[in-house]
Amino acid sequence: MADVSYGKITQDGLWDNNAGFVQLLGLCPLLAVSGTVVNALGMALATTLVLVLSSTVIAAIRNTVPDEIRIPVFVMVIAAFVTITQLLIQAFAFPLYQTLGLFIALITTNCAIIARAEAFAARNDILRSATDGLMMGLGFALVLLTMGSVREIIGNGSWFADANLLFGEAARDWGVNFSEYYRGLLVAALPPGAFIVLGLLIAVKNVVDGRLKKRADKRSALATAA
Amino acid sequence: MSDDSNKMEQQSAVNSQPVERSAARMARRSALLLGMFALITTALLAVAESALSGRISQNAEAALLETLNAIVPANRYDNNLAQSKITLPADPRLGLSQPTEAFVATRSNRIVAFVMPITAAKGYSGPIQLLAGIYTDGTVAGVRVLEHKETPGLGDKIERRKSAWITGFDGRSLGQPDVDSWKVQKDGGKFDQLTGATITPRAVVNAVREALQFYAAEKTVLGDQYRERQTVQRTEAE
Repeated sequence: MADVSYGKITQDGLWDNNAGFVQLLGLCPLLAVSGTVVNALGMALATTLVLVLSSTVIAAIRNTVPDEIRIPVFVMVIAAFVTITQLLIQAFAFPLYQTLGLFIALITTNCAIIARAEAFAARNDILRSATDGLMMGLGFALVLLTMGSVREIIGNGSWFADANLLFGEAARDWGVNFSEYYRGLLVAALPPGAFIVLGLLIAVKNVVDGRLKKRADKRSALATAA
Repeated sequence: MSDDSNKMEQQSAVNSQPVERSAARMARRSALLLGMFALITTALLAVAESALSGRISQNAEAALLETLNAIVPANRYDNNLAQSKITLPADPRLGLSQPTEAFVATRSNRIVAFVMPITAAKGYSGPIQLLAGIYTDGTVAGVRVLEHKETPGLGDKIERRKSAWITGFDGRSLGQPDVDSWKVQKDGGKFDQLTGATITPRAVVNAVREALQFYAAEKTVLGDQYRERQTVQRTEAE
């Protein structure tokens, strides 16, 4: 198999094959913790870390592990990194652990991670797999942060409130509170709001993709005409 | 597909013994590898756990102490509050379904306050876990919510970081207001409800009242248990 270019890996991870918008993988954490920007950012960092580490290790062992035990080994590697990430969060960002709680352990069941292990890391070299993990993670982070922003602004009338949960006391005032009087539109903070916002965001992405494609078609038509 | 499998069957029929042997060898190799990976990952986890567990338990204790201090101010006691515990019975008045640890604040070895975990069973969406501090004279030191599933934006205003409602208990006691007025205003009591949420505050107010009643009845038992534990600890230390 020809090696995938890094540019393609990046574009796939961030946009063309985005874990949240296109593959619709990892929806459980995506919908559950995207109520506020801080929670979304914490989950994004943890997921990206796990993705990079697990992709790297899986690429490194891909030729040693026979096909029959591939999946159990991948799951073991992923679970180990998730547990270590959970311990790290407990040790260095305890308040974040208190808010994300159960959802950190659930990163193990984020299908986006095992999907990348199977579809990419098991077939590519270490550096490419690490890049893929990073880009997929960042793409997932992009979706989480967009969702978190939209839902927090509409649902609470604030943006990046309680940043101290993630960055310690110094960050207490980093957030923006738009209005004392806006009481928030409850539905945005509740689970149905998550589905609605995700649906709207995917629609926006499709419109953008449609425009891009039309422009590219026009350009290639012009090129052939000339 | 069927062609392939036919071919395979033929092959294995022709020289079935070597295939079987190599399959067994493959299985053994896979099992061994799987076991090795299990060992490596377990070792990795053990290392991470032992490296971080000290820090984690420190964090957990600091977080607990912070909550406790929000209920009983640090200048009211001089013992190690997070460490001096008694065990509360599974009492319906506390909403507890199993024996749970409570904290005892003392000053110069005299009990100042008890901080008790209580559960308001009838929250809007399930039980609400609270921590209620009661001074020895029966007044409320403070109440904080530990865990709840109440509606964000409405019922969750019982959290201190969302609103000051929960501080309305500070300094109250069973006579202040009367037991009959230990209700939300909608039920004819003295406590505010929250805008758009009555069930949540009702559950909390009732839970705190019942905790006060429990305390009034069991005060001496709790104190005795604490002193007994202290004596046991002291003799163990000697």
